[in-house]
Amino acid sequence: MKYPFPVGKSDFIQGDEAIARAAILAGCSFYAGYPITPASEIFEAMALYMPLVDGVSIQMEDELASIAAIIGASWAGAKAMTATSGPGFSLMMENLGYAIMTETPIVVVDVQRSGPSTGQPTLAAQGDVMQAIWGTHGDHSLIVLTPATVQEAFDMTIRAFNLAEKYRTPVILLTDAEVGHMRERVNIPNPEDIELVYRKLPANEEEAKYPFGDIHGDLIPPMPIFGKGYRTYVTGLTHDERGRPRTVDAEIHRKLVERIVNKIERNKEDIIDFEIFELDDADVAIVSYGIVARSAIRAVKMLRNEGVKAGLLKLNVVWPFDFEMIEKVAERVHAIYVPEMNLGQLYHLVKEGANGKARVELIPKIGGEVHTPQEIVKAVKRCEKCI
Amino acid sequence: MYLKVSYEIRDKYLRKDMLPTIFCPGCGIGSVLQYTLRAIDELGWSKEEVVWVSGIGCSSRVPGYVDFDGLHTTHGRALAFATGIKMANPNLKVIAFMGDGDTAAIGGNHFIHAIRRNLDITVILINNFTYGMTGGQVAPTTLKGLRGTTAPYGSFENPFDIAELAVAAGANYVARWTVFNYIQGINSIKKALQKRGFSLVEFLSPCPISFGRRNRMKTAPELIRWYNKITVPISKAKNMSPEELKDKIVIGEFVDRDRPSLDEEYEEYKKRAKEMMGWEE
Ligand SMILES: Cc1ncc(C[n+]2csc(CCOP(=O)(O)OP(=O)(O)O)c2C)c(N)n1
Ligand code: SF4
Ligand SMILES: [Mg+2]
Repeated sequence: MKYPFPVGKSDFIQGDEAIARAAILAGCSFYAGYPITPASEIFEAMALYMPLVDGVSIQMEDELASIAAIIGASWAGAKAMTATSGPGFSLMMENLGYAIMTETPIVVVDVQRSGPSTGQPTLAAQGDVMQAIWGTHGDHSLIVLTPATVQEAFDMTIRAFNLAEKYRTPVILLTDAEVGHMRERVNIPNPEDIELVYRKLPANEEEAKYPFGDIHGDLIPPMPIFGKGYRTYVTGLTHDERGRPRTVDAEIHRKLVERIVNKIERNKEDIIDFEIFELDDADVAIVSYGIVARSAIRAVKMLRNEGVKAGLLKLNVVWPFDFEMIEKVAERVHAIYVPEMNLGQLYHLVKEGANGKARVELIPKIGGEVHTPQEIVKAVKRCEKCI
Repeated sequence: MYLKVSYEIRDKYLRKDMLPTIFCPGCGIGSVLQYTLRAIDELGWSKEEVVWVSGIGCSSRVPGYVDFDGLHTTHGRALAFATGIKMANPNLKVIAFMGDGDTAAIGGNHFIHAIRRNLDITVILINNFTYGMTGGQVAPTTLKGLRGTTAPYGSFENPFDIAELAVAAGANYVARWTVFNYIQGINSIKKALQKRGFSLVEFLSPCPISFGRRNRMKTAPELIRWYNKITVPISKAKNMSPEELKDKIVIGEFVDRDRPSLDEEYEEYKKRAKEMMGWEE
C-alpha cells in the first residue's frame, strides 16, 4: 500500500497531524467528525488522506452523529475514529455508552480545551479526565490514554486502535490543545514494522450465535460483524449472550455489565502503561500525565539540584487506574504531588490509591497555560517546608 | 390483521426466540413489518446483504424480531449509525425502522441531513402521531388539538408533515400510506428498497393504547375510520384548495427521482481526489 505521507523516516509535524497519520497506519478506514478547535486539524488531515487510501472521511451534522457513524462503521467491519474537543465530547457521551454496552471497538480522540462550556477554545486543559472515565451514564469501564508528546500522540493512537480491537471496547485518546498543536519531530515507522491487532471474529456459525457471550473464557466475545450472514442483533438494552433484550432480569444485567467491566479490569496489567523517573530513592513523588508530565520531569531535575529527592511517575493510561501501584509509591515516599491543568480530578484517584500511606497534594492550574517546571518546584518546596 | 398472517413469511424471516413481540393488540407496527418482509421476499433479497437499523421506541423494536443483522441504537440516531454502516460497506442494503418521534423530534437533524446527503437507505416510518413506547406524549406529528399526556388539553403546536419534509430535503423516493393500504404499501416498499439513494415510506399506523385511548378512538377500527376521514389521495389533493386541504393528510407517492446517492458521490470524490493529487496506486 502507498501512503500519502512519508513513512519509515521522521517528520516534523503537529500532534493532531500525527494522530491522523497514525490512525491510517493503524488501519483506520472510516473517519467521521464535526469541526472544533483544537481538533479540526485531525479531521482536515483525515479528509486529505482518506480518499487516497480508499477510506472514508465524512463531516457529520454534529458530534452525536459523528460517534454514531463510527460505531455503525465498526459493525460494518471498519476500524473507525472520530476526534473532538470538550463541547463535542459532551455530546458524545450518550453514544459512548452505547459503544461500551454493545462492545464496539472505536477510537475517540478528545483534544482537551479549557471549559466548562465553550470556555477558552484555543487553550489547553485537562478538565475532561473524569468525563472521559465517567461521563456516560451507568456502570461501565473503558480505556483512556494520555500522550505527552507528539511522538506519544502518534504511538498511542496506534495503541488505541490495537486496544480497542483486542478488548472490543471504545478507547479514548485524551490529549490537549498543547500536544495537538505543537510541532515536534516524530519517528514514523515502516508500516511493516507496526504491530497491528484485529478484532477476533467468530470461528464458525456456532460461535457467531453468542456475540455477547464469554465463549472463550477471556471475557471478550468474538465480534460477528455485519454482512457475513451471521444475522447479529445488537442493542443498547441489557441483553443476554445471544444479544436478545432481557431488560428486567437482574442476573443477566449483572453478568453482562460485570463482564464488560472485568474484561478491562482483569487485563489491567496488559493495558496500563507508565514511566518512572528517579523514583527509586525519592522522598517525594510527582504523579503526572499528558502535557504537564513534561514540566514535571524538569521539575524533578531542578528539585534534585536543590537537594529535594524527587521522582516522577508519568501515567500513559489513566483508566483503568492502577490504585495498587500508587499505594506502593506512597509507601516509599512521604508526599505525592499531582500537578493537573484542572482544579483536581486525577488527584482524587491518586489520593484513593495512596490510601493514607503518603500525603497527597494537588498542584492545580487553570486558564490555559501549562504549569512551568518552576511552578511545580515552588509548590513542592513550599509544602515540603511546611512540614 | 388485514392481510392473513403468512406463516411462510413468519417462519422464514422472524426470530422465533424473540417472540412474542411487545406490540399491543391492534397496533399497526406488525402489519408494516409484514409488508416489509413481503417486499424483501418478493425481491428475493438474501439475509446476509441486508442490515436493519433503528432508534428507540415501539417501532424501533422491529429489527429485534427479524432474522437479519440489526443495530438497535439510541433514540433518534439510527440514520447517523446507518451512515457509518453504509459508507463503510456500500454493498450492504440498509433498512431503518423508525417512529415519528424518533424521526422528527430527537432525530430530526439526522433525518434531514441523511436525506440531504442522499444516503442510500430505505426508511420505513411508523407514524402513530404519538410517543407510543413512553405512554402517549405528544409528538412533532401530533395534529393540533389532539391529546397527549404532555398536552392533556390538546396539542397547541403545529405538526410536521414528515413526507413533505423528506421531499423538500431531497429524498429520491417518498410515499405515504395508511396501514390499511396494504397493496400500495407493499408496492411502495418494493420501489423504495430498489431505489438508490434515500427513500421513505411513511405509514399512518394505529396506536390504540397510547394514542387512540386519549383521543376517543380506543380501537383500531375507530382509528381506521378516522384515517379515512382525514386522508386524501394525492391525485385528488392536486385539485383541492389550501382551505380544503386544511386538516387533511395527503397519501400516495410524493416523489420518485434518481439523484446520485452518497456512496456513489463518494466514489466519484475518491477518483477526483486521486486525480487532483496525481495519485497512482
Ligand atoms: C435520549 C432519550 N430520550 C428519551 C428517551 C425515552 N423515549 C423512549 S421511546 C420515546 C418516544 C418514542 O416515540 P416514537 O419515536 O414515535 O416511537 P413509537 O414508540 O411511537 O413507535 C422516548 C421519548 C430515550 N430512550 N432516549
Ligand atoms: S404503545 Fe402503541 S405503538 Fe406501542 S406497541 Fe402499543 S399500540 Fe403499538
Ligand atoms: Mg410514534
